[in-house]
Amino acid sequence: MKRMRRYVRNNAVPLALLAPAVMIILVVVLLPLIFSFYTGFTNYRLIRPESLWDFIGLRNYARVLTDADFWAALWRTVLFLTVALNLEMLLGLCLALMVNRITWGQRTMRTIMMFPMMFSPILVGFQFKYMFNDTIGVVNNALQSLGLSQKAIPFLVDRWLAFGSIAFAEIWMSTSIFAILILAGLFAMPRDPIEAARVDGCTSWQVFRHITLPFLMPFIYIAMTIRSLDVARAYDIVDVMTGGGPAGRTELLWTLIARTAYDDARMGRANAMAYVSILLSIFFTWFFFRKLMAARQHLGAF
Amino acid sequence: MSRGQRDFLIWVATFLVMLAICIPGLWVVLSAFRPNGEILTKPAVWIPRDLSFDNFRAIFGLGDNVVGIPVGSYFWNSAVISVTSTVVAVTIGMSGGYAFARYRFPGKSSAFLWLMLSRTVPGIALSLPLFILWSWTGLIDTKLGVIIVYTAINVPFTIWLTEGFFRQVPRDLSEAAQIDGCTPWQAFWKVEFPLAKSGIASAAIFAFLTSWNEYALASQLTRSTDSKTLPVGLMDFTAQFTIDWAGMSAMAVIIIIPALILTFLVQKHLIAGLTFGGVKG
Repeated sequence: MKRMRRYVRNNAVPLALLAPAVMIILVVVLLPLIFSFYTGFTNYRLIRPESLWDFIGLRNYARVLTDADFWAALWRTVLFLTVALNLEMLLGLCLALMVNRITWGQRTMRTIMMFPMMFSPILVGFQFKYMFNDTIGVVNNALQSLGLSQKAIPFLVDRWLAFGSIAFAEIWMSTSIFAILILAGLFAMPRDPIEAARVDGCTSWQVFRHITLPFLMPFIYIAMTIRSLDVARAYDIVDVMTGGGPAGRTELLWTLIARTAYDDARMGRANAMAYVSILLSIFFTWFFFRKLMAARQHLGAF
Repeated sequence: MSRGQRDFLIWVATFLVMLAICIPGLWVVLSAFRPNGEILTKPAVWIPRDLSFDNFRAIFGLGDNVVGIPVGSYFWNSAVISVTSTVVAVTIGMSGGYAFARYRFPGKSSAFLWLMLSRTVPGIALSLPLFILWSWTGLIDTKLGVIIVYTAINVPFTIWLTEGFFRQVPRDLSEAAQIDGCTPWQAFWKVEFPLAKSGIASAAIFAFLTSWNEYALASQLTRSTDSKTLPVGLMDFTAQFTIDWAGMSAMAVIIIIPALILTFLVQKHLIAGLTFGGVKG
């Protein structure tokens, strides 16, 4: 108690400046999370308020962990994130290298490149739901007009086509974050090492592999860290495009949580799942943050 | 192949890629001006014959065929919620960012990490307890309830951005001002704030866009026209048996315009803020 008081007195100014921020996060994030942690151990259903006190121990978690639908959704989420993040990174890198090479109209190109960043996920979802629609979608119309396909392709109905369409939407939305940050890295890059390597007879691939890429790594990890903060935005896209359907074929972890909580009204079980999704998000962020720190140190040793 | 030719080829390739990036968005914008009849026609009509503002008139309830969705109220709700939560979040976040940039105190780096981790909680996971707690306290389906939540989710990122910008302002400047007789409060507003202003502006725009575009939380915490925001309202169109594609496209255009303007305004600071916050720590 005494030590606490001394700590507060010695650091009064920064603590006072931080107090409002800490306070609102306590009220809106930490407190609800503690509450939902508790709810995860009860049989709470929205339609029966008294069930909040119906403590059932680990049964929700046991149910969730033995539920085939949950595992299917979890694996689909992990696969989705792996595919999306890797492709976004690769495409973003290509895009940044291309824009970096051009000299005429570079500013305009950069602005166009940021175009998808302005779209909210809900709009991206709507946009591709509209384009991939099997009767009126522009993609199907184009394929039929060009005579490439006789029948309408059910982009949002078939299991893998729907997965691909959603991943496409996600990649369209987020590639520019990678491109922008990697481009910033390219601009910040010192010229001398590259020229020295050229003089020493390195090929352009060698220059890229051993000089450019290591220099860009921290920027790639910043982009990854920023992205992993909001991977769950994919919920919005899926909710508009397929709603997790048809018949749960495109269910991701987040849509499954929403369905369990609000449609089936099983709050307790949904909260148990929500904790799994929170751990997943924290793991992704922590993983890339660690990588970022390591890459930064590596760069400092240059 | 000469250098000039190769540069030209790269330019053309880049241009084509950019075009491909823009097409989905432009297609929606074009559809917003086309009547539903033309969108639904088979075989597809490729060259629009009939462009008009009818869809916009319809969703705002002005034209002959009125859409029963109160887009006007949704727009108002979105504006009030986004602006208020941005102003509050930037005020709170700026004060926190300043504390991190200027003071040393024990537990600083772990405090920073915890604040950032609070941002990783998926919206839908956070919506479950908030839905229950807000129902109990009567905050559900009110603008105030959403404003409080959006303020909290915007604070960590605002702290991250403003901290980076305040660190760029040399400490000596404020000290010099204080030697010349300013109070620390005056020194902050007269010296440090103006220098970090552009960074703070981009933090504000970031916060605004997050609130403007948020869906997962708002879709559960809002129910009626009193508090529903535009992204939630967009789903009203699909709740019906037939989807009003033209109306949805028009609404999409209304959602995108403010975001478009704001992003153009801050694109430079946006990149600077994101990168030096992370790299030169």
